[in-house]
Amino acid sequence: MGSLESFWNEFSAWLPHVRLAHFLVVSAVLFALGIYAIASRRNAIMVLMGVELILNAANINFIAFSRYSAGMNFDGQIAAIFVIILAAAEAAIGLAIVLNIYHRFQTVNVDEVSSLKE
Amino acid sequence: MQLFDIAFYVFALITIISACIVVFSKNIIYAAFSLLFTFFGVAALYVLLHADFLAVTQVLIYVGGILVLLLFGVMLTNNVISVDMKTGTIQTIPALILVAIVAGSLAGLCYSTWKGVAEPAAGGPQTTTATLGQMLMTSYVIPFEIASVVLLVALIGAAMTARRHRNS
Amino acid sequence: MTQDTLLTFALAILLLPLAAFAVMIFVGKRLPRQGDWLSTSAIFAALVLALTVLYAKLTQYHADTLALNFTWIDFHEVPGIGPLRIVLGFAVDNLTAVMLVVVTLISALVHLFSTGYMKGDVRYSRYFAYLGLFSFSMLTIVLANNLFLLYVGWELVGICSYLLIGHWYEKKSASDAAIKAFVVNRVGDLGFFIGIAILYMTFRTFSLSEIFEGIRSGHLPYGSQWWLTAAGVLLFCGAVGKSAQFPLHVWLPDAMEGPTPVSALIHAATMVAAGVYLVARLFPLMTADALLVIAYIGAITAFIGATIAIAQNDIKKVLAYSTISQLGYMIMALGVGAYSAGVFHLVTHAMFKAGLFLGSGSVIHAMHGALHHTHEHDTDPQDIRNMGGLRAKMPVTFWTFVVYTLAISGVPLTSGFLSKDEILAGTLAFGGLTGHVVIPLIGFLVAGLTAFYMFRLVILTFLGEHKASGRIEHVHESPLVMTVPLLVLAGLSLFIFYSVNPFGGGSSWIVRSVERPESTVPAALAAPSAGVFEEVLGNVHGTAMLLSLAVAGLGILAAFATYYWKKISADAFARSLAPLHRFLVNKWYFDELYNAVVVNGVLALAALLRWVDTWIIDGAVNGAGSLTRVTSFVSGKFDTYVVDGFVNSTAYLSGFFGLVLRKFQTGRVQTYVLFAVLGVMVFYFIFRLV
Repeated sequence: MGSLESFWNEFSAWLPHVRLAHFLVVSAVLFALGIYAIASRRNAIMVLMGVELILNAANINFIAFSRYSAGMNFDGQIAAIFVIILAAAEAAIGLAIVLNIYHRFQTVNVDEVSSLKE
Repeated sequence: MQLFDIAFYVFALITIISACIVVFSKNIIYAAFSLLFTFFGVAALYVLLHADFLAVTQVLIYVGGILVLLLFGVMLTNNVISVDMKTGTIQTIPALILVAIVAGSLAGLCYSTWKGVAEPAAGGPQTTTATLGQMLMTSYVIPFEIASVVLLVALIGAAMTARRHRNS
Repeated sequence: MTQDTLLTFALAILLLPLAAFAVMIFVGKRLPRQGDWLSTSAIFAALVLALTVLYAKLTQYHADTLALNFTWIDFHEVPGIGPLRIVLGFAVDNLTAVMLVVVTLISALVHLFSTGYMKGDVRYSRYFAYLGLFSFSMLTIVLANNLFLLYVGWELVGICSYLLIGHWYEKKSASDAAIKAFVVNRVGDLGFFIGIAILYMTFRTFSLSEIFEGIRSGHLPYGSQWWLTAAGVLLFCGAVGKSAQFPLHVWLPDAMEGPTPVSALIHAATMVAAGVYLVARLFPLMTADALLVIAYIGAITAFIGATIAIAQNDIKKVLAYSTISQLGYMIMALGVGAYSAGVFHLVTHAMFKAGLFLGSGSVIHAMHGALHHTHEHDTDPQDIRNMGGLRAKMPVTFWTFVVYTLAISGVPLTSGFLSKDEILAGTLAFGGLTGHVVIPLIGFLVAGLTAFYMFRLVILTFLGEHKASGRIEHVHESPLVMTVPLLVLAGLSLFIFYSVNPFGGGSSWIVRSVERPESTVPAALAAPSAGVFEEVLGNVHGTAMLLSLAVAGLGILAAFATYYWKKISADAFARSLAPLHRFLVNKWYFDELYNAVVVNGVLALAALLRWVDTWIIDGAVNGAGSLTRVTSFVSGKFDTYVVDGFVNSTAYLSGFFGLVLRKFQTGRVQTYVLFAVLGVMVFYFIFRLV
């Protein structure tokens, strides 16, 4: 098992050591994907999923900074708690609205709900 | 820390791939279930960041509450005939361009911290629950109360908005 | 009678005709007989007063001048001029007293004659009103003792002359003649006015006595003798116009268009005599040079008038040119220094010339009646070639006419002989004193011509056979109102009323009363003084009388030889000298000359000014108008295209952008989301770069 270990050591040496930046990259990617979902998905539920992705990305950011900042700093985690709370509230309301739209327009495709169009 | 790094990379990969499936899938049920895996991946990342309470909370609320809610929404708002429910995209190109810009800007930002803090802070309690509880009741009591009010309002509002209107 | 009474009478004489005019002009038409009795009695009353005044003046105040002055306007101190005060007044001296009688007498007789001659005229009352106004104006001239009032009267007689010549204004020739008279007079009056202005500017007074005082004390206008001579000549210009002297004599023959009594009053006896009166009044300020000019003009006028008269065929035209000639005589007399003779001739001429005109009026009246009866409406009743043999039918007219003719020809036992003799003697004296022998030469020549053409007139009118025997039957003598004035004037043409001695004009009461005044001009510039003149006159008197008798006799003989005994043929004579004859018949072509030069000159000037007005002034105005229109047109286009275009393009742009921006309102939330995120990125980049 020596070659497996040495392979494992080389591989792990090749991967950069995880730092704050890595977490931030993940967060950034999730954020971008969430924006894409909001901006271009047709189904209203998909849009809501995009919103959840964004909120999760923000949470990762908060907690990563809270962990990697100097001193015992839990403010980031507190913020993340509140974000989760609000995400829940928002998801509830959002779905209630989507149900209303479905009831009214018989569709949840956002481009068909365009009464505001000029 | 090797395990830490490997764990990070694995879970990061899970999260991102799931998120991509969520965003790029045509099937809405597939998207919903991928979202489940995204949430789990994020919870794992929380654990790696020593936010144990938050990881559990994330699973509880996001998976147990919000995801279920989303699934309910999917079921209720589509003519569920088969598992295969298609849904498309609109204004794809402009959105892609914009997202590229956003991603690029953020990546650039992240790069600027590349040389920065590397090591996490040392010490700290093994579990964060007590600390968080204390902070919520002392420093952040007002936001806490307001958050409860918000939840109450959301509860009532959702109930009001989603009920079936009797025709009078 | 006291001085005041005399002056009051003088004022009454002045104002009686004016009152008659005022009444006649307003209510004349409504009075019985249209008020001719009112005018006539007013003027006869004035005549009576005038005779009284003359008698009183000559007997009681023989050497005095009675004056009545009043301040007309007093401006006190005028900045830049000093004290300004205009004093006017009336004065009665011997000359004035005599003139008063002459004017009122002739006017009264003419009034009486007109009641017969103008019977049935269309504007009967207005005619008498104007006669009254004229009498008033003439009396103003005669009574004024200052140049201002004299000028006022001067212009007034001009107006009256215009009104009376144009009495029958429906006839174009009459209205033209009236205008001609007035305009030609005006030309003379311009010189008169400038003369008055020179005198006023120098002496600051209009009063003649003060002016004479000023000159006597050595104060010459602008300090130069030239200016004094010039003033004298300019003042004489008024007389040139009014008394029909050369070159302003052209209006008098045309004035014959007026009624014959008017011709008698105005153009024979009084108005034309106003010029002579003026020269007599201004005599003291005339320098020798001025007097020389006056004498020559008078001589030339006399010559021109006589030469034209021999070739005329209209009875009134002959008398008109005769008047011009005789006026020339009077002016000439004053010019040579025979002052009293000139005034004397004025008086005698007034009598017999008025008589001649009234007599011709009587003839024309009879001819009119006869032609009307024989229905010959194309024949001219005034043409002497249509007359002849009227002696038998109109005895009174004939005999009085003969008396007048004898007087004007200078036959002894008439008044005319006395005055003309004095004048001719005076010219001889002048010729001898100064060496200007042309003047006496012309004087005697004209005397002969006068006798010739006057007797030609008598012979052709009254003697011989009438041309149309049928017509003569209807000719009859004129009524009493017309023959009585003729008789009165005939009587006054005899020597008896003027001088006891039929051959001695110098002993006439007129000559003794109206003496030549002392010249106020500095001795170096004055004509030979009265004393010197008298002396020479006495020497040549006998020669003059003989010569005048000779030329008069020759003239009369020639007239009879040509026209009565028909020994010399007038037509053959005229044919042999055809160009000269034509020249004389056409009045020396004066009218044609004036027409071409003056009238056409003025018309050309008017046309030029009209051209200036049409093209330059109106052009400027129209150009301004066009410019305004062009400017407003451009401005309009500017407004339409630029300004409105600007406004419209703004609106268009707004609409365009609105259309464009409308595309953003897709109604899709996701588009809004896209834009929101885009906006955030934009801000991020901005802050990043800044």
